[in-house]
Amino acid sequence: MSTHRFAVNVAPKPGILDPQGRAVEGSLGHLGIGGVSAVRVGRRVELTVDASDEGAARTVVERLAAELLSNPLIEAYAIESIAGASSTTGVSSTTGVSSVGAGEG
Amino acid sequence: MAVRIGVVVFPGSNCDRDTVHALDRAGAEPIVLWHEEASLRGVAAVVLPGGFAYGDYLRAGVIARFSPVMRAIGAFAADGGLVLGICNGFQVLAEAGLVPGALLRNRSLRFLGRDVHIAATRLDTPFTHALAAAGAPLRMPVAHGEGCYFADDATLDALERDGEVLFRYVDEAGHRASEDDRAANPTGSLRAIAGVSNAAGNVAGLMPHPERAAEAILGSEAGAGIIRSLVESAARAARQPVAVAVGAR
Repeated sequence: MSTHRFAVNVAPKPGILDPQGRAVEGSLGHLGIGGVSAVRVGRRVELTVDASDEGAARTVVERLAAELLSNPLIEAYAIESIAGASSTTGVSSTTGVSSVGAGEG
Repeated sequence: MAVRIGVVVFPGSNCDRDTVHALDRAGAEPIVLWHEEASLRGVAAVVLPGGFAYGDYLRAGVIARFSPVMRAIGAFAADGGLVLGICNGFQVLAEAGLVPGALLRNRSLRFLGRDVHIAATRLDTPFTHALAAAGAPLRMPVAHGEGCYFADDATLDALERDGEVLFRYVDEAGHRASEDDRAANPTGSLRAIAGVSNAAGNVAGLMPHPERAAEAILGSEAGAGIIRSLVESAARAARQPVAVAVGAR
């Protein structure tokens, strides 16, 4: 078994009304910022999966992302492996240590 | 004998007692179904009431969708059982795919707690047959942050063609609201849709609260016809299995 850390980024699909994005965009004038457009507000979910290997872990995340974390009618998702945060359990301690170090970096 | 109708309670439901009261007044025998229950205890219809199931975390309705009672309701609905979702209950049905479409954040970004007018598009459904007239404005409250009805254009066309749009936002005079009419359609729902049914017509959801406008003391009785429609339809459905049993003897 190994441990894998992922992030699932969920955002409104292109063309779907995003009132939050519009509100953020509308506030930019108050900050004196120009030239920013097409603001879309989404959601990021980070999670850790224990599985036999990274492929199996990703399959679990795919299912979660499609069935729970996003609504396919209105949202698209992208899965990202969080580098350095994954570790393999039950092997030499150096692996674990280097993984933590990378996480801190 | 009064027909038994289940009212589902999720953690965070808050209109369950109003719904029980309105069903009771309409002559039904309402029973409360806890979300952990996997059995519907022989009810003839189910109502998913308003509230904020599971705190509306992630997306309104999505976590409730995976509760044991929803598995039972999915099977019940597939068998033709009557299911009505009100407000958060509509959001749960949409997330579960039991009715078409999705409910987005209101265009105003505001939580809306106010009266609106809706009108039924047709009276030949289990949820509208006791109403006086199609197109007549019915005043009742909305109370939600995510009530902007959305589906893609092809789906919307199909819903209209197949008569699955049950309720629309209208103005006081009963004229259909536009998508930009903040007064009559404050959610910004596409094609002013306030409620829809599934293709089979036995599962329906709407954002406004008929149970909060079902007797004079509440300021409006306009929602009573929707509740009464459901109760009468459930009573008819409850008689059905008996007739089959008698026939089989």
